[in-house]
This record gives sequence, C-alpha cells and structure tokens, in this order.
Amino acid sequence: MKKLILTAAVLALSAGMGMAASHGKTIRLGTEGAYPPYNFINDKGEIDGFERELGDELCKRAELTCEWVKNDWDSIIPNLVSGNYDVIIAGMSITAERDQIIDFSQDYYPPTASTFVAKSADADLKGVISAQTSTIQAGYVAESGATLLEFATPEETVAAVRSGEADAVFADWDYLKPIVEASGGELVVAGDPVPLGGGVGLGIRESDKELRDKLDGAITAMKADGSLNTLLKKWFGDETATY
Amino acid sequence: MSCWETLADYGLRSLGIGERLLPRTNFTLCQQFVLIGSGMIWNVYFGVLALFSGFFLATGLALSKAAKNPFLRKPAEWFIFVFRGSPLFIQFFFAYFLFLSLKQVYPILTPLTSATLGALVVLFLNTAAYSAEIFYGALQSVPKGDIEAADAYGFSGWPRFRQIIWPTMLRLAWPAYTNEAIFLFHATTLVFFSGFPAAKQKGDALYYANYFADKTFNPFIPYPILAGYFILLTLLLIGLFGLINKRLNRHLPTAPKRGKRPLVPGFLR
Amino acid sequence: MFQYCTDPSTLDGLAWLSCYLTTAKHAAFYVSFGTVLLLLAVTAPAALGMGFLGASAARSRILPLSIFGKGYIAIVRGVPDIAFFLFFVIALDQGIEYLRHITLCPDWDQPIRQGNDFLVCPAAKAPLGTSPQWVHEVYGFSIAVFTFALVFGAFAANVLYGAMRAVPRAQLETAEAYGMNTRQIFWRILVPQMWVYALPGLSNLWMVLIKATPLLFLLGVEDIVYWARELGGTKTPQFTEYPHGDWRMWYFLFLLVFYLAFTRISEIVLDRLMQRLTLGQATMGGEAQRKAAA
Repeated sequence: MKKLILTAAVLALSAGMGMAASHGKTIRLGTEGAYPPYNFINDKGEIDGFERELGDELCKRAELTCEWVKNDWDSIIPNLVSGNYDVIIAGMSITAERDQIIDFSQDYYPPTASTFVAKSADADLKGVISAQTSTIQAGYVAESGATLLEFATPEETVAAVRSGEADAVFADWDYLKPIVEASGGELVVAGDPVPLGGGVGLGIRESDKELRDKLDGAITAMKADGSLNTLLKKWFGDETATY
Repeated sequence: MSCWETLADYGLRSLGIGERLLPRTNFTLCQQFVLIGSGMIWNVYFGVLALFSGFFLATGLALSKAAKNPFLRKPAEWFIFVFRGSPLFIQFFFAYFLFLSLKQVYPILTPLTSATLGALVVLFLNTAAYSAEIFYGALQSVPKGDIEAADAYGFSGWPRFRQIIWPTMLRLAWPAYTNEAIFLFHATTLVFFSGFPAAKQKGDALYYANYFADKTFNPFIPYPILAGYFILLTLLLIGLFGLINKRLNRHLPTAPKRGKRPLVPGFLR
Repeated sequence: MFQYCTDPSTLDGLAWLSCYLTTAKHAAFYVSFGTVLLLLAVTAPAALGMGFLGASAARSRILPLSIFGKGYIAIVRGVPDIAFFLFFVIALDQGIEYLRHITLCPDWDQPIRQGNDFLVCPAAKAPLGTSPQWVHEVYGFSIAVFTFALVFGAFAANVLYGAMRAVPRAQLETAEAYGMNTRQIFWRILVPQMWVYALPGLSNLWMVLIKATPLLFLLGVEDIVYWARELGGTKTPQFTEYPHGDWRMWYFLFLLVFYLAFTRISEIVLDRLMQRLTLGQATMGGEAQRKAAA
C-alpha cells in the first residue's frame, strides 16, 4: 500500500513536470508574412494564410502553446539555429542544402511547380527572366542560360514584367496564380511548369528531435483524416495537388 | 580546385568575365574572399565616379546657395534639402521608377534603367547635395581677411575665386568631406540591396556576401569578410584624403607639438 | 473602424478610402512611426554616450585604452552599417545568451554548439522561452537600439574627439594656471566648451541617423518602410477586402514627405541650439553675435 502511494506520488510528480516542460515553454513559429497564400499579413495586421491555419491546428493537435513571429526571409534559418524561434513555417521547400543545416518535418504541401509568367504565352524564355534574389528559382534561371534579372522582393519581379524590363518572371506557381487571375489577361503563363524543390515542410533545429516527432505526428494525423486536404483546397483552389 | 584557379575563374565575375555560374556546392573560404572581393569592383566604381563628378556639381551648388540672386539660390537650396532630407533607398526607388517611364518615351535613355548608369546618377546627385552643404558651410567660414587681402591685391571675379576662395574653402571643408566620402562608399552597398536589379548575377560585394550567407546559412563568414574589405577601403580613403589635406595645408606653418593648434574645423558641416 | 466598412467592395471614392486607411493593418503602419521616433529618441543619447566613452578612451594616456578607443572608431566607422546589421544582431544575441549560460547554468554538461545549432540551457535564453510576446519585442527593440548606438557611437566618437582637440589650448592652460587638476580641467572646462565645436558634426550625424532608420527591419523591428512596402504592394482580391495595384509609389511619397518634414524640424531645432551654444564663444559665430548685439 505504501509502495503504491509512493508510486502514485512519483507518477503525479513526473507527470506534473512533464506538463510543465511541454506547457511552460511556448513554441515560437517563425514565418515571413509576405508570401501569399502560404503566409501574409491580412487587413487586421495579423499573420494569415494557409500556414497560419495549419500551424494553429498542428499546435492544437500536438498540445503545444504556440506563438507567431515574423522574420525576414534572408535570415530565417540563422535565426532558427541560434534559437530565436523553434519552427520555420514559411513555405520553405525541402532541399538537400537546407537539410544539411536544419531538420525538416514531412512535407505538408506536395512538391510544387514553378512557372514562367509573361505578357504573352510565346514569350522568349531564354531572354531576360526576373526572379527574386537567392531563391531556388533564381538558381534555376542562372543555370538555364537565360539572362537572370534579380530583384530584392517578389513584388518587383512581377512589376519588371509589367514594365517590360523582363520578358518573363519565374516564381512559384502558387504565388503567381492569384496575380495572373487578378491581372485580367495582362499576364499569362508561358512555357511548361518546372518541378522544383521537394515539397514544403516545417524547418526545425536538428537537436530538437522531440519537437519534430510531435509535429510530424500531427501532420500524419491531418493527412490521414483529410483535414489537410480541406485546408489545401481552401487556400490553393480545387485543382491543387492533395494527399 | 586551388585558390589561384578560383581567382582566375571568379576574380572578375562581377563584370561577367570568367565562370558563367556561381559556385553552388562545397563553398570554400577562398571562393567567398574572391567573389566578395570581385564585387568590390562595383563599390569602387560607384564610389569613385560619383565622388569625382559630384565634387564639381557640389562646388557649383555651394556657390549658388551662397548667391544673392534668388533664382540661383532657391533651386540650389531645394535640391540640397530634398537629397539630404530623404533616405537614399527612397531616392533609388523613385529614380528607378522615373527611369523606367523615361525609357518608354525616349528609348535612348534605356541604359539609365541599369545599375551601371542609373544608380551612378542617383549616387552622384546624392553626394553632390551632401558635399554642397559641406562646401557651403566652409564658404561661409572663409576668413574675411583673406578676401579683403585678395581685393587689395587686385584679384576679382574668377581668379579671386579660383586662387583665393576655392582653396581656402576646400581646406576648411576637407575633414567633413572625408567623412562624406566614407559615407558614400558605404552607401554603394545599397545599390543592389534595395535599388536596382542585378543582371546575370553580376553584383557588388554585398550581393555576393548575401549570396553566400544564403547558400551556406552562415552569416558569420561572408559579412565579416565584406566588413574587412570595407575597413581596408576606408583606411585607404582616409590615407588618400589625408595626403590631399596635407597638400591643401602645405603653406600653413605646421603646428608645434604642444601649443596652439589650428582650429580643427569641427565646426563645419 | 466605421459602421459602413463592413463590406468595402460596395464602396467607392472617399468612403472606400476612409475605410482602407483605417484598417488595423494601417494602424500598425501609423504606430510604426512612433516606434521609429522612439528608437531615435533612445538611440541618439545612447550613441552620444557611446561616442563620449569612445572619444575619452581614444585620448586617454593609458595606451591600451587609447588603442581600444581608436580601434573602435576606426573599425566600426569602416564598415557599412548594412553589413554590420546583417550579422551583428545574431552574434550579439548569442553572446548575451552565452554569458547568461555560463553564469546561470554552471553544471550544464551538454555542448553549446551541436552541429549548426546554438543551444544554451533554458534558463539562459534571452528572453526566457516562457515570456510573453511583448517581452520578445522589447528585447528585440533594445538589441536594435544597442546596435544603432554602437555604430553611430563610433561616428560620434570621431566628432567628439575632433571637438575636444578644437577647444582652444589657452582656455585649458588658464584652467591649469588656476590650479585645477587634470580631472577638473576635463569635466569643468573641456567638456562644457567642446559642444560648440561638436554640434555641427553631431547634427550632421543626426541627419544620417534619421535616414538610417529604414535599416531597422534588418534588425527585426517593423519600421515604417517595412509597412509601406507591405501595404503598398499589389493586393489581390483573394487575400484582402481592399484589393489594389502597385501603390508603393504613393506610400513612399508619403514617407518622403515625412522624412523631409522631420529633417526640416531637426534643422530648425539644431540651428536654435547652435545659436545658444555659440553665445560668448571665441568663434566666428560668437563674434558675429557679439557684433550684432553691440
């Protein structure tokens, strides 16, 4: 009897400590807030988008207290490894180079295609192509032999096509799609889509295996019950790739 | 690959000479030094040309601002106010926008939309405004005695300006002008960072430092390299301006070790 | 904000604009003006203090201190501020956490560097993992202020160093003749007298500081330029109730007016200050004031 009480007490104590460990620390989610529909700032000035909903849902399922942090894209990985937040959830494609530095969860968005968008469908794709500085798209254009024109923000890459500075812009289709739809025929897709990157995943520090497993489990669960597909369709349209 | 080969392949990469593609894997320290150094060509290009051309416009602007005639004075005052009063990157933004529209109307102005010329024009106007303010301050501080003496010797008009006022003005303005030159060279890093697009991965030192920081995910190597290059450049600049300063002051008695020092024109803008 | 704003797509003209300009997102834009002004208000004295320390160190008779002061001025002045901001903040943050780590967790046995990760014990995190968001923001803001002060302190040190040397030697010698010791001369004569020589250089620096605030975003502070870019960019109907084209031009024009106005006000205030400081000084300005009064 005595032993039982003691065991119960120890159990309660360790459970309490476990609770403290998982609930005391808030998990900070780092995002960019400038990449619709993945993440953007809505009219209320809050972070919104596919990843906002996904992140909140994942935290709920993994029983974590989460908090959103905005960070510049250029320093998003250095700030993760130095511990300023715990998860990158910013439409980051899983690439081999990134995987050497940080860990990725399983993908929550299937491998995507990047697309050329121009003023006419028969634009010269070996001509001047605009892309955002140091993105995988910029690397691809540089290798393709076309004249790469790099801009600091995605906004400017599209503006360059409108102003005629570039023959076409090369970027993620999910970023370009709403712009093409809203342009009223001024901008169209040119050439074939190019598959780049290995899907989008959460970036987590390599030493944070426990957190990664928790979030991975939550993603698996969301894939299994179809709630991830619902989210994907809501934000990327009905014809988007699903799981 | 040895470092010499890297130097041969990437030493002039920022001008488009050498390897077409930037290194993409297995980044070495040597590559970072070479490419960031290669980018410095652009920083020096923008800095030297803008400083040199800006010097002449600045002299003209300073004289106009000091003029009694409001038709000369007002435009100079406004020009200086607008360019000194707004951040450089806003100037880049509006200039790029303006150059794009100009290009539609006058195709001959197309080169202005590239950083090579367009950014140079903006930096030229910007440094001219800052230097003009410095020169104007110096002009106001030219000792009255100097001018009276010049009058007494029968100097007037252009010779009086060229041989009496101008050298004194430069001498007074020099320390502050040295600072402006340093600021200008630092400002050249903004060209590709938030101003003009970089074509064919030809960019300045910050562009390449940024490239490596992005590819290696480690900001602690490329940016300090960039900082090192700029410290060297600044020291060189200070040395060079010090020599000119010595020449400008060569007729003055050298200050004794202890005792009266000439008023260091810290009170100049 | 207003009653009629519930469905902006039905509005047009001024009504639409009044709703558009009062969204919560725009409120964040307006608040960021306060952030920038606050940063300037805190940074300017901090940089001045840093500059004062740097200049005092540089002219110290103790050699290591003098080398340290001169080195600080030369190195930090030599580096473009952008390059500095891009790596210094992370380094500073890690430095703080490292110091806290060795004092707070002496018996932590795991390495701090694990591969690419920088890991300190939870108690050493700055700010603590449990602290609310506003603590993080205040911390980020303080780091930004410190970094700005460090950079502009080097320039201020250079100006003050020159100003200290510009104080007429005769004044210091007179003080000596009155029997003041070195410390008294420094605090009672040199420091009060140097400001008139330092002010033009310092006011120039203030103007440069104002124009450096767009770099705040690199330090993780959402400044006016960040919001102008964010608000001005093309907005497609899918993600906002207020779709519009590329309006960055108008937002930047607004910023331009703000910066120009701010510069103008600074100029007027600094001119007045200069008038005050010049009073009775043995400079050309002081001479002119004397003549005008007579």
